[in-house]
Amino acid sequence: MALAAVLLAIPILVLLWVPHYAKEDPKLFGFPFFFWYQFLWVFLCSALTYTAFRLTLSARGKTTHKVGEDR
Amino acid sequence: MTPHLTVMASDTSGVNWVALTVLIVLFALVTVAGFMATRFKQADSLESLEEWGLGGRKFGTWITWFLLGGDLYTAYTFVAVPAAMFATGAVAGFFAVPYTIILYPIIFIFMARLWSVSHRHGYVTPADFVRGRYDDRGLSLAVAVTGFVATMPYIALQLVGIQAVLEVAGLGGGDNIIAKDAPLFIAFAVLAAYTYSSGLRAPAVIAFVKDILIYLVIIVAVVYLPGQVGGWDAIFGAAEEKMATTNAASVEAGLPPTASFIPGSAAFWAYATLALGSAMALFMYPHSVTASLSSNSRNTIRRNASILPAYSFVLGLLALLGWVAIAAGTQPIGLDGEPNAQLVIPQLFEDMFPSWFAGVAFAAIAIGALVPAAIMSIAAANTFSRNIYKEWINKSATPAQEAKVSKLMSLVVKAFALVFVLTLDKQNAINFQLLGGIWILQTFPAIVFSLFTRWFHRYGLLLGWAAGMVYGTVEAYSVVNPVTGKHFGGSTALIPGLEKMGYIAVTAFVLNVVVAVVVTAVLRATNVSNGRDETIPFDYFADADDPRVQKDIAEHATHDNPYGDADDIAGNAPAR
Repeated sequence: MALAAVLLAIPILVLLWVPHYAKEDPKLFGFPFFFWYQFLWVFLCSALTYTAFRLTLSARGKTTHKVGEDR
Repeated sequence: MTPHLTVMASDTSGVNWVALTVLIVLFALVTVAGFMATRFKQADSLESLEEWGLGGRKFGTWITWFLLGGDLYTAYTFVAVPAAMFATGAVAGFFAVPYTIILYPIIFIFMARLWSVSHRHGYVTPADFVRGRYDDRGLSLAVAVTGFVATMPYIALQLVGIQAVLEVAGLGGGDNIIAKDAPLFIAFAVLAAYTYSSGLRAPAVIAFVKDILIYLVIIVAVVYLPGQVGGWDAIFGAAEEKMATTNAASVEAGLPPTASFIPGSAAFWAYATLALGSAMALFMYPHSVTASLSSNSRNTIRRNASILPAYSFVLGLLALLGWVAIAAGTQPIGLDGEPNAQLVIPQLFEDMFPSWFAGVAFAAIAIGALVPAAIMSIAAANTFSRNIYKEWINKSATPAQEAKVSKLMSLVVKAFALVFVLTLDKQNAINFQLLGGIWILQTFPAIVFSLFTRWFHRYGLLLGWAAGMVYGTVEAYSVVNPVTGKHFGGSTALIPGLEKMGYIAVTAFVLNVVVAVVVTAVLRATNVSNGRDETIPFDYFADADDPRVQKDIAEHATHDNPYGDADDIAGNAPAR
């Protein structure tokens, strides 16, 4: 669970640390770095949150059952 | 790229009949479809629709994901954010992207616990939870009142969005005071009628048609428009130039430069705190909590939290439409002949699309603002009738009385929203949402901290809340728009001690927490009672397999229940 917490904290800390991405270069497809970098984090955040979700599921799966599942 | 604001004024007045007709026809169609679907449901004959609406185990994650998306696009994303980008650039507008990214890790952390404890105890509002956790009516009232009040400016933002569409389509106008605000009053009347008649049922059919419209417009807009104005290089170039020109003009007029292409070092704190404050605030609103609690298991919230961030991508592209409008030379002139940045996206659509498609786009924006505004006002009204009326005014209220108060209050909350639009500076609609955020964020400690610990003392939380509310309101009031001279002109102020600009909500939040910690330490040392806690640790982990949770979900499953799922799509607490 501690690992899940770390995974969730990463996108928050990275995006709040504005100085490291508030710049124009390098550009990508005409987009200044500032913009495409944040677009990139949409997907990175999704991946990190999904990993955290799987981690909490497997941590939980050992103790409880879902409705309708075989016990 | 200096805007010549008066040159095209004559082009924008007058009614665009084709667009207006398409707008009205589509709007009528969606509304009628909604009412018909409601009838079907009452006859209990549309099992398949029910299944489809209820979150799509049948349809699978991807289509569910598609359906959820429609709810994320409101006047905030379509009108306010691009308008802020158009007017003052990245700090004012693009922070919405990191906001809607970090939103999901944040709700991942606490929303599952709120879901579990709420379903174990039958809580339907955050105020219910606080009441149960501390057995304290005062703290619960504070949370309820804040939810009610903070929703008002948020609804105001939706009204501004509908008004913008109507104004660009050519409704209203003229010099006298009634005609001038006619689009706004039409928007209000439509919203009130819409909410009053259809209530929270807002059936899945409406959600589906609305989503199709919104996606159609978004895809066409972000794919077609950038190419029409010379590609992204030209768009960013035009924006950079406009922001530099705006700043130069501000400096010349003796005002601080406020526009930004990419945030400069003076704006780092503002950008970060705007994103963080907005993200922490969103899921404190009554309508967001209602929607989250309606999901069918605690895991649904977490799974959705991991796939919803992809919407932030499209939100970012929509934000950049504000800059597409700069490159396109769009002139957002209101019917009174004055420039109004809020009109920029409807105006861009009218300029660039054939009339009939402009009408489709207008309908998408209008319906995309109406549905969430209706959901918000009903959620706020339910909080009022449950946590204020029934708790403080009429303890023995019958369900019928409670429902009547709810209906009345849903009108009151909209009327206040209208007052917000009329008295505050509607040139900067995104500020409405930020103002609501300042208030609602002050309930964060009482709700979220209490989900994890009972270390905080109820009076500490109450005093912290009071300190945050007073500080936040006073600070926001003292922000004066240098051009119009109106109070509540913005939501950023100097952070004491740092001497950088920051979102007032976050500063007030820090003050809130400090007060809560200090008062708690004193009260704990002096053994003042911290109330009785009716929850147990297990409550915070219970899932859908728990018998009490199952019973609670079954009780809330009917469509006639005022606390049921807003749109029958489970777990889609929206980012608005």
